[in-house]
Amino acid sequence: MTAILSFANVWVEYGEKIVLERISLEVAEGAFVSIVGPSGAGKSTFLRLVLGQEAPRRGTIQIDGRPLSPEPGRDRGVVFQRYSVFPHLSAIENVLFGLDCAGSPIRGRLSGPARRAARERAEAMLVQVGLGEALEVHPAQLSGGMQQRLAIAQALIMRPRILLLDEPFGALDPGVRLDMHGLITDLWREHRLTILMVTHDIKEAFRLGTRVVALDKRRHDPTAPERYGSTAVFDLPLDRKNRTAIPPQLAAIAGPGGASV
Amino acid sequence: MRRLLNVRPDRGQRLVLGFLPFLALALLYLTASAARHAENPREKILPTIGAMAHEVKVMAAQVDPQTGAIPLWQDTGASLRRLAIGLAIATVTTLVLGLMIGVLPLCRASLGPLIAAIAVIPPIAILPILFITLGLGETSKIALIALGVTPFMVRDLAGHVAAIPEEQIVKAQTLGASTWQIVLRVALPQAMPRLLDCLRLSLGPAWVFLISAEAIASDVGLGYRIFLVRRYLAMDIILPYVAWTALLAVGIDLALLTLSRRAYPWAHRARSA
Repeated sequence: MTAILSFANVWVEYGEKIVLERISLEVAEGAFVSIVGPSGAGKSTFLRLVLGQEAPRRGTIQIDGRPLSPEPGRDRGVVFQRYSVFPHLSAIENVLFGLDCAGSPIRGRLSGPARRAARERAEAMLVQVGLGEALEVHPAQLSGGMQQRLAIAQALIMRPRILLLDEPFGALDPGVRLDMHGLITDLWREHRLTILMVTHDIKEAFRLGTRVVALDKRRHDPTAPERYGSTAVFDLPLDRKNRTAIPPQLAAIAGPGGASV
Repeated sequence: MRRLLNVRPDRGQRLVLGFLPFLALALLYLTASAARHAENPREKILPTIGAMAHEVKVMAAQVDPQTGAIPLWQDTGASLRRLAIGLAIATVTTLVLGLMIGVLPLCRASLGPLIAAIAVIPPIAILPILFITLGLGETSKIALIALGVTPFMVRDLAGHVAAIPEEQIVKAQTLGASTWQIVLRVALPQAMPRLLDCLRLSLGPAWVFLISAEAIASDVGLGYRIFLVRRYLAMDIILPYVAWTALLAVGIDLALLTLSRRAYPWAHRARSA
């Protein structure tokens, strides 16, 4: 088991306010890690760290044993809750975007045989996520679930080392969300992906993950709430046995949403 | 009884309702004009339709022996040329600066304040400077139009580009796109429909600057003619010229809207969705 991503004593502070403190964890290749925690516990900040949108104040983050580059890059694919596809491009063009950029630095657009080959790959990818019938459709004409399928296809075609999911199914209807759970699980198995998913839905975290990490403040000073940051208060590897049994401590952390589990 | 704000006219009713004010204005004009002519047959302020039609024939169909050209077409050609060149310069400048300021924080920090400062200068106030430095010819008129609308357009476009969701920009980077590729393939295509919108909004001010510059120093152009014949109280020429100018403005606006709908259907679909 080799670690793709490792955090060593990472701190994030904004001035006096400590957001994350003493984050140390390793993510193994092929893991599906769910990150949960109450609102304001630094889940988004954690994701921004991995994306390189933010640098840690202290500590180091490594990917494949090398320091993480301080800006978003091809080794980390991402699907956000919203706005992660390009509204001006059709579905197939959205998926081709990464291949276009890789193969054509100046025009940003492949042409000739290279384009045809890339198009075939992109088509196959879209078929795999269930959008084989919507190749030429623009995102505004796709439903929320289909837009997320498109965003996943767009990220996967670049074969990222890690796929980051930021509340990817949070805006979807419950039925659609179940379909998406099936899809992402299949893709994870088939492409041997390493996935880091931030979610506020603790049921979802347990259903999909091979490991659940909860972020929360370990200590709390009521007179100075900014004194202590969140850290990984809970780190639970999942197997078939404990997948359905959500520990009560964790349900408490997750707050009102966790009560419904 | 339904609330007034819930009463919605259908398509036919909208056409009739939209036409009514025009009809009312025309009737008002005709009665007022007839009344004044009954009192004074040499009345000039509210000319009859017949008198205006006669002048239109003179201006639009007869060659002026002094210039060897038909005045209306000559004026229209000269004005549209100035407008087109001025707006073309403004549009290209806006596209380049708007993308740079919208995408690159370094450009936003260095150019943003300057553009904001220039934007608050009333363009007509710099017209004398343009006349002094560029002369009274075509250049100063074109420069007034370009300088008059560019700062507003740049600010609008830069704001629009900067408002592209950060998620999109981050996503493009995770797909391996460089700064240049993000400008070319993410920002530029999404800026284009807004640029056309912006150009449509700038048409109004552009006409104001054009007519002003022509009124002050010119020997041909729609604004020149209107201000020239004002000396003779020639309302029978002024009114048709104003109507013609309005028609041109509406025509250009519609042409730009059609272009935008044809070239960027995704933007119009997303807007109505």
